[in-house]
Amino acid sequence: MSKTFSIGGIHPIDRKFSKDRPIEDLPVPQRVYLPMNQHLGMPSVPIVKKGDRVKVGQPVAEAAGFVSAPVHASVSGTVADVALYPDFQGKRVLTVVIETEGDEWLEGIDRTSQLKQEITTVPEETFRKIKEMGIVGLGGAAFPTHVKLTPIEGMQPEYLILNGSECEPFLTSDYRLMLEHGQEILIGAELMRRVLGTDVNGIIGIEENKPLAISAMQKIAANYLQWKVVPLKKRYPQGGEKQLIDAVLGRKVASFALPISTGAIVQNVGTAFAVYEAVQKSKPLLSNVLTVTGSGPTIQKNYRFRIGTSMRDILYSAGALDPEGNLLPQFAKLVSGGPMMGKAVVNLQAPVVKSSSALLLLTEKETKRQEPGDCIRCAKCFQACPMHLQPYLLYQLALAGRTEELEKHRVFDCIECGCCLYTCPAHIPLLDQIRLAKNASLKNKRKK
Amino acid sequence: MTSIFLYTVLILSLLGGLLAVVLYFVAQKFKIQEDPRIDQVLEVMPGANCGGCGFAGCRAFVETFINNPERTDLFCPVGGNESMQQAAQVLGREVQEQAPKIAVLRCNGSCEVRPKFNTYNGSPSCAVVADLYGGETSCSFGCLGLGDCVQACLFDALAIDPETCLPVVDEEKCTSCGACVKACPKKLMELRPKGPKNRRIYVACSNKDKGALTRKACPVGCIGCGLCIKACPFDAITLTDNLAYIDPDKCRLCRKCVAVCPTQSILEINFPQKN
Amino acid sequence: MNKLLVSPAPHLHSKETTKGIMRDVIIALMPSVLVSLYFAGVSAFLVLTVSVVGCVLLEHLIVKYMMKKKTTVHDLSAVVTGLILALNLPVSSPWWMVLIGCVVAIGVAKMTFGGLGHNLFNPALVARVFLLISFPVQMTNWAVTNGIFTPENPLIPGFLLGAQGQLPDALSGATPLGIIKEGLANGLTMDVLSQQHDFSYWQMLFGKINGSMGEASALAILIGFVYLLARKVIKPIIPLAIVVTVALFSGILHLIDPAHYADPLFHLLTGGVLLGAVFMATDYVTSPMSSLGMLIFGVGIGLVTMIIRIWGVYPEGVSFAILFMNAWVPLLNKIKPSPYKKEVNLG
Repeated sequence: MSKTFSIGGIHPIDRKFSKDRPIEDLPVPQRVYLPMNQHLGMPSVPIVKKGDRVKVGQPVAEAAGFVSAPVHASVSGTVADVALYPDFQGKRVLTVVIETEGDEWLEGIDRTSQLKQEITTVPEETFRKIKEMGIVGLGGAAFPTHVKLTPIEGMQPEYLILNGSECEPFLTSDYRLMLEHGQEILIGAELMRRVLGTDVNGIIGIEENKPLAISAMQKIAANYLQWKVVPLKKRYPQGGEKQLIDAVLGRKVASFALPISTGAIVQNVGTAFAVYEAVQKSKPLLSNVLTVTGSGPTIQKNYRFRIGTSMRDILYSAGALDPEGNLLPQFAKLVSGGPMMGKAVVNLQAPVVKSSSALLLLTEKETKRQEPGDCIRCAKCFQACPMHLQPYLLYQLALAGRTEELEKHRVFDCIECGCCLYTCPAHIPLLDQIRLAKNASLKNKRKK
Repeated sequence: MTSIFLYTVLILSLLGGLLAVVLYFVAQKFKIQEDPRIDQVLEVMPGANCGGCGFAGCRAFVETFINNPERTDLFCPVGGNESMQQAAQVLGREVQEQAPKIAVLRCNGSCEVRPKFNTYNGSPSCAVVADLYGGETSCSFGCLGLGDCVQACLFDALAIDPETCLPVVDEEKCTSCGACVKACPKKLMELRPKGPKNRRIYVACSNKDKGALTRKACPVGCIGCGLCIKACPFDAITLTDNLAYIDPDKCRLCRKCVAVCPTQSILEINFPQKN
Repeated sequence: MNKLLVSPAPHLHSKETTKGIMRDVIIALMPSVLVSLYFAGVSAFLVLTVSVVGCVLLEHLIVKYMMKKKTTVHDLSAVVTGLILALNLPVSSPWWMVLIGCVVAIGVAKMTFGGLGHNLFNPALVARVFLLISFPVQMTNWAVTNGIFTPENPLIPGFLLGAQGQLPDALSGATPLGIIKEGLANGLTMDVLSQQHDFSYWQMLFGKINGSMGEASALAILIGFVYLLARKVIKPIIPLAIVVTVALFSGILHLIDPAHYADPLFHLLTGGVLLGAVFMATDYVTSPMSSLGMLIFGVGIGLVTMIIRIWGVYPEGVSFAILFMNAWVPLLNKIKPSPYKKEVNLG
């Protein structure tokens, strides 16, 4: 019996069309846009100004406080602008724009693909490098990695769980990374494990729909005493931090508690790869892997991109644009990220960022929402909720604006996985309203 | 037969009498001493319980009003001066007159001038859109047109005009309770004095972008050029974040600013047509 | 240029719809419908038709002309109500009674509460109980259903004739539950009764017993149940809770005094226990949402059913029991799922 988390969850169809496509390197873009809010926490502060010349890997912005991360130039050239630019959702964000000239790298960065297996850095040095190289969680939330690796008073880490579940449909970037760079991932994970403590155990959780990745990682993990691979039953949202801890260890994260309270820390496989590059190769977080896919047979790619490349450039390389630079007419929606938690894109000119995992092209038929009907109290949302909430009730309370009762029913526990809306036979926009109420409630809690 | 009838009537009457006595004593015991003036003042209040005054309902407002004679900020926007004067009369005190207000929309970007470049397909609520992204048009400050304000209005004074896609305030019905001001996630609604003969002038734009960006997004947006400030003889106009604002207390409705505004983003309401 | 669609996440939806669920329920009801058609032919067909058409038409008219909204009949919920109502009536029901049932089910029990999803009580059951109280004669005169091709039932629907008594050749008989209720009240024992009457379990399973149309065959209902489970339309908790409660309750009494209490299998296979447990107690709108709530709900229905059957005036109590427990649903829905408690960090 493979493991999985204990309550809720759904089984969307896999649709991992691009899983057999090797990772390709995208050409260096003409210009890059580096937004200052690529991570959770305080936005970074630019340290370059218009006209400055920068090399690849040179920091262009520094962290603003502890829960923040620096940003590095992903191309070499001249800073063209430091100003507010609309991001992919049309919101204005402080952005450093660099016009590319050549491809000149900062000295000391190892650009070769040669494997550097031997770990020579001490944990303090590893931690410093992770922090300075701007590593953030690449699983989606983009939480600065060094913050997660910082010990919290009274909470002893026992397990480091590497998240290779990639439970969202369509996405294959983590899968390709595990197949092609499994060794690097494990070295990166081992580096993080040593930061947490020598007696911490390492577990790699991978869903069963990726048998090749499971066997590949098992083979590599056999050389490491403290690491083992745990195959997981396919189920969404297995990649959620709390769900993964439940699935792998059977430990439940209490309502409104940090995952570390169960003694487990979750890191994404992409993050582990970035840590490997940062520590072993002194390479800041300059690039990441993303999937460009749609439900048609035409567009199925896995790309390594330079952070800050505009989505239009990537879509152009993938052949998803018509000659005028618009999305091909058969696609109605562009999503940055997976179909369950990703965000719809309105501005194609906007850049992909550190934690971008996919550009998803959806047809109108697949994605257009139907007219909502009346709730028939089928309780499917309630059964699908992995956090043991009552979405139908929260929705009603949110519409009525009853803050107190919303908090009584733990609206702040919602992880926005989308299972409720996915499963509702009446097509009621449950999560739309619950998300609003949750954000308001969290704001309220922080004020207190 | 008769006896059954008789007993029934007797027993029921007895029961009734007994319970009446019990009720009387219970009522006496749990009687709440209440200021009789509360009910008197409530009589002259509109009784909409809309919360426009900042209190949970008319009763809560009246209680505070009676117990705090020193507070001059208490005002019922729905009942207006009429209600407040009557309330003051009941209590034998004086209240200050306040200029009647009305809600205005500080956006004039109708769907004709501000084309949509994407189609929103989620929950029909401005709050959800505002939380999600910049909106269907290039202007991320303007009206989203999904009618959260219309939903919030208890007096049926707001409706989305299908031609302009913007909410229209019904001057007769608007009580300036402020529910729409709270409901709008873009903070576009403002309560402004109705003005003499219902005439008023305001900047119908909330775009804080730089002029060039604003002009690109919406032809009737305020580009922050400052011409109106120079034209205003009363120093009523200020410019913050590339956006002009007309102070209603200083504005004398001379309409000079309206004439100079290059984007027609200053609106004049209920003025006779100029030749 | 095509405009991009924008909506909050998630961007995919399961293919499930309200209509699809209703369609599944209709398919699950088909075995019972076919059995009733097989045994009662034209009569059954007419009762079913009037009931379904009546419910759908009524909902359409009410939504369109009284509520002034877009019609909601395409969600098929009215069809389900019509089918279940018909299956709860005797084959011999006159047409006007079926129509009154439709008015009560759709007009009173469903639409006055605001339509689908808002009603407190199961519409079909409200109608059935209303008819049972208003027209006890028509509702408890069961035509002996001997199949359409036998000489006893010459294809003349009682339906068109109005009252049951005018049926020329059909015999009227009581349901097994009615027989034992009356028999036991008259001082007879179970042994005597089962000698006098043929209480074959096989008949009950396959459908040659007296009762309302849907009660005829337990097997048909079970086929529907399996279909609903396979399609994941319902969870098995409520039906199982009802069946187990009824079996336990009657089993204990039967063990104590077999002469005066029928055995559990008899109670399960006769009357409306199975029909109610599978199709009416599991109605989404009028049943609880949490597993614990469902369990309490099912056990409650089982208990009330048995109390009415054994000590009540009516021989059958499933409808009353379900309606009674429907009233508890808002309270049962107050059961909150528990959040995870703080776990001790072992490190």
